[in-house]
Amino acid sequence: MSILINLPTVLRTHAGGAKTVSADGSTVGEALLKVVAEYPGLSGQVVDHDGALHKFVNVYLNDDDVRYLSGLDTPVSDSDQISILPAVAGGALALRVLRAR
Amino acid sequence: MLTLPRTVHDQMVAHCLMGLPDEACGLLGGLPETGDAVTCYPTRNLAASAKLYTVDPKDHLRADRDCEAAGYSIIGVFHSHTHTEAYPSPTDVAQAPDPGWHYVLVSLRDTQPVVRSYRIIEGTISEEPVRLRSS
Repeated sequence: MSILINLPTVLRTHAGGAKTVSADGSTVGEALLKVVAEYPGLSGQVVDHDGALHKFVNVYLNDDDVRYLSGLDTPVSDSDQISILPAVAGGALALRVLRAR
Repeated sequence: MLTLPRTVHDQMVAHCLMGLPDEACGLLGGLPETGDAVTCYPTRNLAASAKLYTVDPKDHLRADRDCEAAGYSIIGVFHSHTHTEAYPSPTDVAQAPDPGWHYVLVSLRDTQPVVRSYRIIEGTISEEPVRLRSS
Protein backbone atom coordinates (compact mmCIF):
# COMPACT_ATOMS: atom_id res chain seq x y z
CA MET A 1 0.00 0.00 0.00
CA SER A 2 1.12 3.52 -0.70
CA ILE A 3 1.53 5.99 2.16
CA LEU A 4 2.03 9.74 1.76
CA ILE A 5 4.98 11.17 3.66
CA ASN A 6 5.23 14.93 4.27
CA LEU A 7 8.79 16.19 4.46
CA PRO A 8 10.00 19.26 6.37
CA THR A 9 11.74 22.02 4.39
CA VAL A 10 15.16 21.01 5.68
CA LEU A 11 14.84 17.52 4.15
CA ARG A 12 13.19 18.47 0.87
CA THR A 13 16.53 19.20 -0.80
CA HIS A 14 17.40 15.52 -0.32
CA ALA A 15 14.22 14.49 -2.13
CA GLY A 16 14.51 16.63 -5.25
CA GLY A 17 12.59 19.49 -3.61
CA ALA A 18 9.43 17.40 -3.06
CA LYS A 19 7.15 18.39 -0.20
CA THR A 20 5.48 15.00 -0.21
CA VAL A 21 6.72 11.60 -1.30
CA SER A 22 5.00 8.25 -1.27
CA ALA A 23 6.22 4.84 -0.23
CA ASP A 24 4.97 1.32 0.33
CA GLY A 25 5.08 -0.39 3.68
CA SER A 26 2.98 -1.93 6.39
CA THR A 27 4.65 -0.01 9.22
CA VAL A 28 6.02 3.52 9.67
CA GLY A 29 9.55 2.09 9.71
CA GLU A 30 9.08 0.15 6.48
CA ALA A 31 7.68 3.16 4.68
CA LEU A 32 10.57 5.35 5.88
CA LEU A 33 13.12 2.75 4.76
CA LYS A 34 11.57 2.74 1.28
CA VAL A 35 11.81 6.51 1.10
CA VAL A 36 15.46 6.41 2.12
CA ALA A 37 16.10 3.71 -0.52
CA GLU A 38 14.63 6.05 -3.13
CA TYR A 39 16.36 9.18 -1.80
CA PRO A 40 19.67 8.08 -0.27
CA GLY A 41 20.38 11.67 0.82
CA LEU A 42 17.82 11.11 3.57
CA SER A 43 19.89 8.30 5.03
CA GLY A 44 20.65 8.94 8.69
CA GLN A 45 18.36 11.99 8.78
CA VAL A 46 15.20 10.35 10.12
CA VAL A 47 16.25 6.91 11.24
CA ASP A 48 19.75 6.64 12.72
CA HIS A 49 22.31 4.05 11.70
CA ASP A 50 21.16 1.76 14.51
CA GLY A 51 17.67 1.71 13.02
CA ALA A 52 16.13 3.91 15.74
CA LEU A 53 14.15 7.09 15.22
CA HIS A 54 16.56 10.02 15.20
CA LYS A 55 16.15 12.10 18.36
CA PHE A 56 16.17 15.37 16.43
CA VAL A 57 13.05 14.58 14.43
CA ASN A 58 9.43 13.96 15.30
CA VAL A 59 7.46 11.56 13.15
CA TYR A 60 3.68 11.63 13.18
CA LEU A 61 1.14 9.17 11.90
CA ASN A 62 -1.77 11.43 10.99
CA ASP A 63 -2.14 13.51 14.21
CA ASP A 64 -0.11 11.36 16.58
CA ASP A 65 3.56 11.33 17.45
CA VAL A 66 4.67 7.76 16.70
CA ARG A 67 6.78 7.75 19.88
CA TYR A 68 3.47 7.53 21.72
CA LEU A 69 2.22 4.76 19.43
CA SER A 70 4.51 1.85 18.61
CA GLY A 71 7.36 3.91 17.18
CA LEU A 72 8.70 2.64 13.88
CA ASP A 73 6.63 -0.55 14.30
CA THR A 74 3.36 1.41 14.20
CA PRO A 75 1.17 -0.18 11.50
CA VAL A 76 -0.02 2.02 8.65
CA SER A 77 -2.93 1.73 6.25
CA ASP A 78 -3.72 3.23 2.88
CA SER A 79 -5.38 6.48 3.92
CA ASP A 80 -2.68 7.32 6.48
CA GLN A 81 -0.20 10.15 6.23
CA ILE A 82 3.19 10.30 7.84
CA SER A 83 4.63 13.72 8.66
CA ILE A 84 8.22 14.40 9.60
CA LEU A 85 9.17 17.60 11.41
CA PRO A 86 12.38 18.68 13.10
CA ALA A 87 12.40 18.62 16.89
CA VAL A 88 12.72 22.28 17.88
CA ALA A 89 14.51 22.96 21.14
CA GLY A 90 17.20 25.08 22.76
CA GLY A 91 17.48 27.58 25.55
CA ALA A 92 19.78 29.76 27.61
CA LEU A 93 21.66 26.91 29.25
CA ALA A 94 24.63 29.15 29.95
CA LEU A 95 22.52 31.16 32.38
CA ARG A 96 24.69 30.52 35.43
CA VAL A 97 27.86 31.31 33.53
CA LEU A 98 26.47 34.65 32.38
CA ARG A 99 25.18 35.52 35.84
CA ALA A 100 28.60 34.89 37.31
CA ARG A 101 30.18 37.56 35.10
CA MET B 1 16.42 40.12 6.72
CA LEU B 2 13.33 39.18 8.70
CA THR B 3 10.21 41.27 8.23
CA LEU B 4 7.63 41.14 11.00
CA PRO B 5 4.18 42.70 10.92
CA ARG B 6 3.77 44.73 14.10
CA THR B 7 0.97 42.33 15.16
CA VAL B 8 3.26 39.30 14.86
CA HIS B 9 6.00 41.12 16.78
CA ASP B 10 3.59 42.05 19.56
CA GLN B 11 2.04 38.56 19.74
CA MET B 12 5.51 37.07 20.03
CA VAL B 13 6.60 39.42 22.81
CA ALA B 14 3.28 38.99 24.66
CA HIS B 15 3.60 35.19 24.51
CA CYS B 16 7.13 35.43 25.92
CA LEU B 17 6.00 37.70 28.77
CA MET B 18 3.05 35.39 29.54
CA GLY B 19 5.46 32.46 29.74
CA LEU B 20 7.50 33.94 32.61
CA PRO B 21 9.20 32.67 34.72
CA ASP B 22 9.83 29.98 32.08
CA GLU B 23 11.20 30.42 28.62
CA ALA B 24 8.45 30.66 26.01
CA CYS B 25 8.61 29.59 22.39
CA GLY B 26 6.72 29.61 19.12
CA LEU B 27 6.99 29.38 15.37
CA LEU B 28 6.75 31.91 12.57
CA GLY B 29 4.90 31.22 9.34
CA GLY B 30 5.67 33.14 6.19
CA LEU B 31 7.53 33.29 2.91
CA PRO B 32 10.93 31.59 2.97
CA GLU B 33 12.06 33.38 -0.21
CA THR B 34 11.73 36.87 1.24
CA GLY B 35 11.86 36.34 5.00
CA ASP B 36 8.41 37.88 5.40
CA ALA B 37 6.66 36.52 8.47
CA VAL B 38 2.88 36.58 8.30
CA THR B 39 1.73 34.45 11.24
CA CYS B 40 2.85 33.94 14.81
CA TYR B 41 2.19 30.48 16.22
CA PRO B 42 2.68 30.53 20.00
CA THR B 43 3.49 27.00 21.17
CA ARG B 44 3.77 25.33 24.53
CA ASN B 45 7.23 24.90 26.01
CA LEU B 46 7.28 21.20 26.82
CA ALA B 47 10.47 21.66 28.85
CA ALA B 48 8.60 24.08 31.19
CA SER B 49 11.94 25.54 32.23
CA ALA B 50 13.57 28.95 32.66
CA LYS B 51 16.67 27.67 30.87
CA LEU B 52 15.38 25.38 28.15
CA TYR B 53 12.63 25.17 25.62
CA THR B 54 11.15 22.39 23.56
CA VAL B 55 8.43 23.30 21.10
CA ASP B 56 5.50 20.97 21.78
CA PRO B 57 5.58 18.60 18.78
CA LYS B 58 1.77 18.59 18.54
CA ASP B 59 1.68 22.38 18.38
CA HIS B 60 4.40 22.25 15.74
CA LEU B 61 2.38 19.83 13.60
CA ARG B 62 -0.71 22.02 13.91
CA ALA B 63 1.24 25.15 12.98
CA ASP B 64 2.92 23.42 10.05
CA ARG B 65 -0.40 22.19 8.63
CA ASP B 66 -2.09 25.56 9.06
CA CYS B 67 0.82 27.30 7.41
CA GLU B 68 1.15 24.93 4.46
CA ALA B 69 -2.63 25.03 3.86
CA ALA B 70 -2.40 28.82 3.55
CA GLY B 71 0.44 28.53 1.05
CA TYR B 72 3.17 29.52 3.51
CA SER B 73 5.90 27.64 5.37
CA ILE B 74 7.31 27.68 8.84
CA ILE B 75 10.24 30.06 8.38
CA GLY B 76 11.56 30.32 11.89
CA VAL B 77 11.29 29.85 15.60
CA PHE B 78 11.29 32.36 18.45
CA HIS B 79 12.00 31.86 22.10
CA SER B 80 12.69 33.98 25.12
CA HIS B 81 15.80 34.29 27.22
CA THR B 82 14.47 35.31 30.60
CA HIS B 83 17.70 36.58 32.17
CA THR B 84 20.22 36.80 29.37
CA GLU B 85 20.73 38.81 26.23
CA ALA B 86 19.00 38.12 22.91
CA TYR B 87 21.83 36.05 21.48
CA PRO B 88 21.76 32.32 20.63
CA SER B 89 23.23 30.11 23.35
CA PRO B 90 25.46 27.12 22.51
CA THR B 91 22.35 24.96 23.05
CA ASP B 92 20.40 27.04 20.53
CA VAL B 93 23.18 26.67 17.98
CA ALA B 94 23.69 22.94 18.56
CA GLN B 95 19.99 22.26 18.15
CA ALA B 96 19.16 24.65 15.30
CA PRO B 97 17.11 22.38 13.05
CA ASP B 98 17.03 24.18 9.70
CA PRO B 99 19.66 26.42 8.05
CA GLY B 100 16.87 28.16 6.13
CA TRP B 101 15.11 29.32 9.29
CA HIS B 102 15.21 32.63 11.14
CA TYR B 103 16.08 32.24 14.83
CA VAL B 104 14.44 34.99 16.83
CA LEU B 105 15.45 35.70 20.41
CA VAL B 106 13.33 37.77 22.75
CA SER B 107 15.31 38.90 25.77
CA LEU B 108 13.29 39.72 28.86
CA ARG B 109 16.33 40.63 30.93
CA ASP B 110 15.62 44.33 30.87
CA THR B 111 12.34 46.18 31.40
CA GLN B 112 11.96 46.67 27.66
CA PRO B 113 11.95 43.33 25.74
CA VAL B 114 14.64 43.11 23.06
CA VAL B 115 13.93 41.23 19.80
CA ARG B 116 16.80 40.14 17.56
CA SER B 117 17.03 37.64 14.73
CA TYR B 118 19.81 35.36 13.54
CA ARG B 119 20.65 32.84 10.86
CA ILE B 120 22.45 29.75 12.11
CA ILE B 121 24.22 27.85 9.36
CA GLU B 122 26.51 24.95 10.20
CA GLY B 123 27.13 26.33 13.67
CA THR B 124 27.87 29.87 12.49
CA ILE B 125 25.67 32.61 13.91
CA SER B 126 24.97 35.77 11.93
CA GLU B 127 22.64 38.47 13.06
CA GLU B 128 20.19 39.84 10.52
CA PRO B 129 18.14 43.02 10.50
CA VAL B 130 14.55 42.86 11.75
CA ARG B 131 12.16 45.18 9.94
CA LEU B 132 8.78 45.93 11.43
CA ARG B 133 5.89 46.73 9.14
CA SER B 134 2.57 48.19 10.14
CA SER B 135 0.31 45.43 8.72
